[in-house]
Amino acid sequence: MDRRPSKTPGFWESTVGKKTVMAVSGLVMLLYLVVHMLGNLKIFFGTDEFNGYAHWLRTVGEPFMHYEWTLWLVRIVLVLAVVAHAVSAYQLSRRDINARPTKYVHKRKRASYATRTMRWGGIILGLFIVWHLLDLTTLTVNEHAVHGEAYQNVVATFSTWYGNVIYIVAMVALGFHVRHGFWSAAQTLGVGSAARDRALKTAANGLALLLTVGFVSVPVAVMTGVVS
Amino acid sequence: MKLTLRVWRQRNADADGAMSTYEVDGISSDMSFLEMLDTLNEELILRGEDPVAFDHDCREGICGACSLVINGDAHGPERTTTCQLHMRSFRDGDTIDIEPWRAAAFPVVKDLVVDRSAFDRIIQAGGYVSAPTGSAPEAHATPVPKPDADYAFEHAECIGCGACVAACPNGSAMLFTSAKVNHLNVLPQGAPERETRVLDMVGQMDAEGFGGCTLTGECATACPKGIPLPSIAAMNKEWLRANRKVSRG
Repeated sequence: MDRRPSKTPGFWESTVGKKTVMAVSGLVMLLYLVVHMLGNLKIFFGTDEFNGYAHWLRTVGEPFMHYEWTLWLVRIVLVLAVVAHAVSAYQLSRRDINARPTKYVHKRKRASYATRTMRWGGIILGLFIVWHLLDLTTLTVNEHAVHGEAYQNVVATFSTWYGNVIYIVAMVALGFHVRHGFWSAAQTLGVGSAARDRALKTAANGLALLLTVGFVSVPVAVMTGVVS
Repeated sequence: MKLTLRVWRQRNADADGAMSTYEVDGISSDMSFLEMLDTLNEELILRGEDPVAFDHDCREGICGACSLVINGDAHGPERTTTCQLHMRSFRDGDTIDIEPWRAAAFPVVKDLVVDRSAFDRIIQAGGYVSAPTGSAPEAHATPVPKPDADYAFEHAECIGCGACVAACPNGSAMLFTSAKVNHLNVLPQGAPERETRVLDMVGQMDAEGFGGCTLTGECATACPKGIPLPSIAAMNKEWLRANRKVSRG
């Protein structure tokens, strides 16, 4: 062990440390989203199966876990991940903007669309999470709003034009965010290399497409009457 | 060739700057970009005006002194240094915008000259190896595997010009720092300071006010020496490893 009186800043003080926090919290949320998306597809198997699945989510881990304990554990981890992700993003963004106080006179388009929209995309997703919780968790803004009737609540949401617009815009933003975010997380965690670059980019694009198509299939199914 | 130049003019570090427009005529397509600027400066001197200040030294593409953001690109449209950029990359009648490197950590000294001492301080923080002085050691005493030697050399090509910082939308110095860290960390000569090097150099990089990396890849595209983008991932790996190894007393 190398021990020294160091002036080197700690993990969280470093830009690389903050990026690591952002990468790990992002991957936690990404893992959750894949499971969430697959669970959503149960809506194609009818009211009973979907509502049964929604109820099962509250009983996961019983009898070791009490009713809803597992669900609350997941919620706590997710809130921590969202906060860690947002705080590191905010602090790094402020630093990045301050590092270029004078802009170039000759402007040109830099980097890909997904890369340029990470910050605004993240803000859109943050706002969407608030709307989504009010809509389908607390049911505050839901048109049906009956606890235990998840299927009917989802159909109610996607029977309104604004419900569809908000959801689809957010899911497209999610796709772009994951496209650059997953690959970036790999670089930040030191997994990226020239040899793995193509595989990581393919995985990032695949995940982004899978999530967006999977999530958007539900409102499209309600709009087209496949789910009603 | 006849060209219209829009050049950033700034009297000193504290003065406000602005783009000034100049016409230059009689430019040969075989001239380097710096020779074109020399032509402009000769005219300005004859007219009794202050010549445009810009950094240059070897003019062979190996010293890292020249800079210039040309039409929004660090070192201009070709993947080389400004001194090795030739006027055949432009057309007669073109308007060319010439600006200094833009970063909080690279303050403008005058016109197109910026202070890049921040890079020197990053090097001082850990970009060296502790070697005993005296007679040169036997060359074969420390064997280096060929792939490691190639990897070190690829990163040793960095000339510290700062194009990566200039091109990065965040004014980040991650590509420069990673080139220097990877160059020494892969070699047995760099092994004794492997952990402290990466921690101290990244620490100094942050202290200088450079931005963070958002992996846009602009740095590696602008780099005249072709330092690859995965260098940043390799340095991140070294940094995370060093954090596990080093206990902070």
